[in-house]
Amino acid sequence: MKLHLKIWRQKDKNTQGKLVDYWLEDVNPHMSFLEMLDTLNEKLVLSDEMPVEFDHDCREGICGQCGVMINGLAHGPLKNTTTCQLHLREFKDGETIVIEPFRSKAFPVKKDLKVDRAAFDRIIASGGFVSVNTGQAPEANSIPINHETAESAFDSAACIGCGACVATCKNGSAALFTSAKISHMAKLPQGKEEREHRVLNMVHQMDNEDFGHCSNTEACEVECPQSISVLNIAQMNYEYNRAKVLKK
Amino acid sequence: MQSLTRKILMCLTGLFLCFFLIIHLLGNLQLFLPAKTAQLQFNAYSHFLSGNLFIKMVSYVLYASIILHALYALVITMKNKQSGGSYKTDNRGRASKWYSRNMGMLGTVLLVFLIIHFKNFWYEYKFGVLPMDANGNKDLYTLVVTTYQEGWYVVIYVIAMIALGYHLLHGFFSAIRTLGVFHPKFVRWIRYFGIGYSLMISLGFAIIPVYVYFLNAK
Repeated sequence: MKLHLKIWRQKDKNTQGKLVDYWLEDVNPHMSFLEMLDTLNEKLVLSDEMPVEFDHDCREGICGQCGVMINGLAHGPLKNTTTCQLHLREFKDGETIVIEPFRSKAFPVKKDLKVDRAAFDRIIASGGFVSVNTGQAPEANSIPINHETAESAFDSAACIGCGACVATCKNGSAALFTSAKISHMAKLPQGKEEREHRVLNMVHQMDNEDFGHCSNTEACEVECPQSISVLNIAQMNYEYNRAKVLKK
Repeated sequence: MQSLTRKILMCLTGLFLCFFLIIHLLGNLQLFLPAKTAQLQFNAYSHFLSGNLFIKMVSYVLYASIILHALYALVITMKNKQSGGSYKTDNRGRASKWYSRNMGMLGTVLLVFLIIHFKNFWYEYKFGVLPMDANGNKDLYTLVVTTYQEGWYVVIYVIAMIALGYHLLHGFFSAIRTLGVFHPKFVRWIRYFGIGYSLMISLGFAIIPVYVYFLNAK
């Protein structure tokens, strides 16, 4: 199949970028989207042009490293899929595909399709952990947790931190990402000990990183590759309000 | 102030306004009574409200809620505009409802409507000179009925109530989410309740001027 690509090219953080046209002929419809970009890059290298830089790692849909806006949709037209799990059979022969980086004030573009998502790391560092003594692994069943709670916490923990929620949100809000970690911990007995500090610190850090407010449009859940529920945001709000009320 | 605290302020002022709308609508239902009874009863009701100290205190909370709700909406929207990204090709709209993304626009329509609405009735009742009815109360009823006989005002009213319906449809559910209700069952119930509430309020308010207009058009 033939493809017409319009790809965002930007030299570095401080340079203005623009969309550049590329044409690919004879691409296999069973290629993944990233394999298609690899093919393009091979062509560019052979013609002494700079390859298009994009983030990727596992290419199995579980690491959260890849992620671009494809035709104005985070991770492309398929819902609940990462960019690496998207295949060219989802596009028509001869189609024009516009590829842009995930954008938000908190995600500065580093180069081409690569964005700096370190803001997420700083949010996690501000409270996305439980403080436990190191040493031998504790007995697994010493803290009772029922099956439903464990599953629910695991659903929240499934967030891969790709940033599609922020890119999809009109406000560039990181509420879904931050809340997934907060409610993951708040659901488990181990996380309950530090719940007040955690939510206040993480929300504080989220605000410091220049993410916007959540307006509950719920677009994040629709585009999230892991279908992280917006009810996590509701739980974050509950935890925040509770922590504010109980704060000494 | 943290983002979630700002949202809580939007939520509490919004919910107070939601509560006020119910009381306001219930009071307005008196306009459906036969003309003579409606005039005396509606005027007596208005007189009671304007003279009661408790209602006066509540009215200050109401004014403060409207102002704070609009001000914080402005602050939040400005911050959101800065934080959100923009794309050359943007199809993100598929993932959410248009009215949830345009609460600011709907709110602005409502604010403009409120200015007209306050000028027409609130200002005239408080500071204007109104004739008295048979019981010696200011005749707000006649002012309301004559205003509703002007077609353009009825159109503005109905457009504003459509905007109100959509604003409430997202706003009520969003406020409860900001409060932190995360139990799936209650979230579902609240969504249904919110739909019913928004329909009831917007239809209720919109029917009154249309009813008065056609009643007097005969």
